[in-house]
This record gives sequence, C-alpha cells and structure tokens, in this order.
Amino acid sequence: MHIKDLPGIVEAVIVQGVYEDGEIGGGYASDLLSDVMAHAKAKDVLITIQAHRNSIAVAGLVGASAIVICNGRSVPEDMIEAARDEGIALMRTDLNQYEVSGRLWKALRG
Amino acid sequence: MATVPISPDSSPGVVLELLYSLRVKDAMTKSVVTASPSADLRSVQILMRDHAITGIPITEEGRLLGIVSIGDIIGALDSGTMDRQASTVMTNSVVSLDEEMPLSFAVTYFDRYKYGRFPVIDTTGRLAGIITASDILRRLLIALNEEIGRMEQRIAGRQAASEGPVPAMELSFGTTPLDFSRAGNISTRFKKALVERSCPPLVARKAAIASYELELNQVIHSTGGIMRMRIFDDTIEITAQDEGPGIPDVDRAMQEGYSTANEWVRSLGFGAGMGLPNVKRVADGFSISSEMGKGTSVKAVITWGKN
Repeated sequence: MHIKDLPGIVEAVIVQGVYEDGEIGGGYASDLLSDVMAHAKAKDVLITIQAHRNSIAVAGLVGASAIVICNGRSVPEDMIEAARDEGIALMRTDLNQYEVSGRLWKALRG
Repeated sequence: MATVPISPDSSPGVVLELLYSLRVKDAMTKSVVTASPSADLRSVQILMRDHAITGIPITEEGRLLGIVSIGDIIGALDSGTMDRQASTVMTNSVVSLDEEMPLSFAVTYFDRYKYGRFPVIDTTGRLAGIITASDILRRLLIALNEEIGRMEQRIAGRQAASEGPVPAMELSFGTTPLDFSRAGNISTRFKKALVERSCPPLVARKAAIASYELELNQVIHSTGGIMRMRIFDDTIEITAQDEGPGIPDVDRAMQEGYSTANEWVRSLGFGAGMGLPNVKRVADGFSISSEMGKGTSVKAVITWGKN
C-alpha cells in the first residue's frame, strides 16, 4: 500500500501533496511528540491531532512518510509549509485516531 | 541591482551553516539614516549625498512607513518636484526583513526582489536597521575568516597529535526559550549533516532523537542555551548546555512520566516526561549535571558502529 492510497482509506483530504510516493510501513497513533519520537518507525504514518509544525519536525526526524490529522482539526499554514519543505504528505480527516488506525491496520494487515 | 553571489541551496557546507546560523541582525547596519514623512525631497537628497547612500527609510516614531530611493529623487529632479514631501513619492509597500530571520532569507530576498537594500524590522515592528548585499558579504567574510582560522587550528592540532580526539565536524546553534515555531530546526540540521556524511540511518535516527529531546528541553524549560554536535571518527557527541534555571532533582527528571511542563506546553504534545529517558535510552553514553541558578549540561554519545 502506498501513501497515495491513504486518503481513500481514511477519508482524508490532502492539504500538502508534495511528496515522494512510497510504500507505507505501518502507523503510529499518538499526540505526545516524545512518544512518537521514541516509538514511531521510518515509513510509518503518523496519526495525531497535533496540527502544528512541531509534528512535522518530529515526523521528519523519525522518517515518517505521512501525517493524518484527525477529528477535522484545521491545519495552520506554517505547518503546511514545513511539510512541503520536508516532503511529508499531510492530510486531514474527520475520522478520529481510533477509526483511522483501524482502517489503516485493516488495509495493511487485514 | 546588487545580488549576493552565494547560493543558499548549493554552497559548501560551512557556508550554508553560516547562512543559517547567522541572523539578519548580525549583518545589518544598525544606525539607520531616516527621514520623516513631512521632509521635503531636497532634504532627503542632501541626506543621501552626505551619507553616500541611495535609499532613505521614512519613519514615524520608529515605525517604517516607506522608503525613498535615489530613483525617486532623480524622478523628482526631472519633473521639478523636489519641494514635495517624502510621503508623497515614497514606496509604501516596502519588502522588509525580520531581524531574527536567518541570513539565508536575506540572500534569497536580494535574488528575488532585486532591490539594493531591505529595511529590517524588530520583533515589536519597529525599524531596527537596514541591510545591503555588501553588509551580508562583509559579515560572511568575517565569519568565514573565523571558520578558516578554526579549521587551521584543527589541522595544526591534528598534526601536533595533541591530546583528545579532534572532531571531523562541529556544529552548534543557540535555542530560544518557548520559540516553538523554530523548535526542532537544530535537530533537523544535525540529522541532515549526518545523512550527508553517509551516517547509517539507525545511527542518524538515534542522534536525531537525542538531539530533539534535548533541544525541546531547552526551548521548554531553560532560559536559552546551546546545542552542539561533534562528529568523531567512531562517535557522535551531542551536548546541550543551558544557562538556567537548573533542575532541582535530576533523579526525578530522569524518571519516565515526570514533567514540570505547564498545561499550554502539554497541549502542544510536549511535556510527557519522556525527554531525558528517551535520550538515555538511545545513547551509548549519557551524562547530566545541573546546578540551580547556573544551568544544566547534558551529553549524549552515540557510536557509529553499533546497531
């Protein structure tokens, strides 16, 4: 499964679409950035409600390939810019973290 | 118009680091010759002549209203309107730089807008200085001289085989308390420097985690500090040194889940009490010392070879 398939699976709209498409390795759902730092893996999708640019820094450092912002939270412009600079796919969905995680799990492992 | 013959994208690493670590305020001219909006163009022209400059910011109580360039003066001489007030001919929508921006921004602006100078605005919105391409080149030349001096010392140190290993590369940047808009930038630069040196991904990841947690600790808790990365032949050493306030109980700070961060910081997803434990977990060597009123110093060492 590729990043480009993700919006369809988690009912998301792309807010930053400049990225290099690649295979999704897994996912990590957390709103604590240190927790993401400690446990997210490269090629993971970060599933979170933390819609600010620090999430981009963390995703970039751990090598996450995409971020799904849940609960329809609005995404500020500087976060979109940061995501573009890092080449990280950024999308927003009205689903919550549980629903997004479930659908991603099903798509990858189900 | 004058541009800066240096690319903020594809220059040698040392130059790039300088462009990103130096700020606009480090290079700008602070004493700015200004005129009031009611000044007539004749007096503006005299200011230009006496100070040998080609543009005068028009200000009112420190606030930048516009700029009168030598082109505007020539136009007025041509049409015989030198008695008019500066406010009637000045350019109103002035492109300005923020004094805290990295110098790389200024270089990009000169290329993009082709102006000869940019006014510089401080954090309160007042005119803090003015910057020209030659200001940037002068500051870069000074910084490059210092850097080359250090490189020569390093080479000399290596030749003399002095005690203690000499790092192959050293990067250091200052952090700003509670500046979450830039938090993580230092770690991102460290990681990029490692990746450029073909660091194995797992090692770069460990260094990035250690550096990010220490950087965020400085941003959240300290009154400001310095993050430094030194790359040796077989290790990467990341040190975080701040100027206070110090940690009252280091043992507790090392416990997972213990945090003194406030609600606002926690709402951003920080302050989970995992920072220092995360650093210790990924590091092959770890030390911390803290003194109240003096500051905290943390060192994390990551070995290249280990997986």
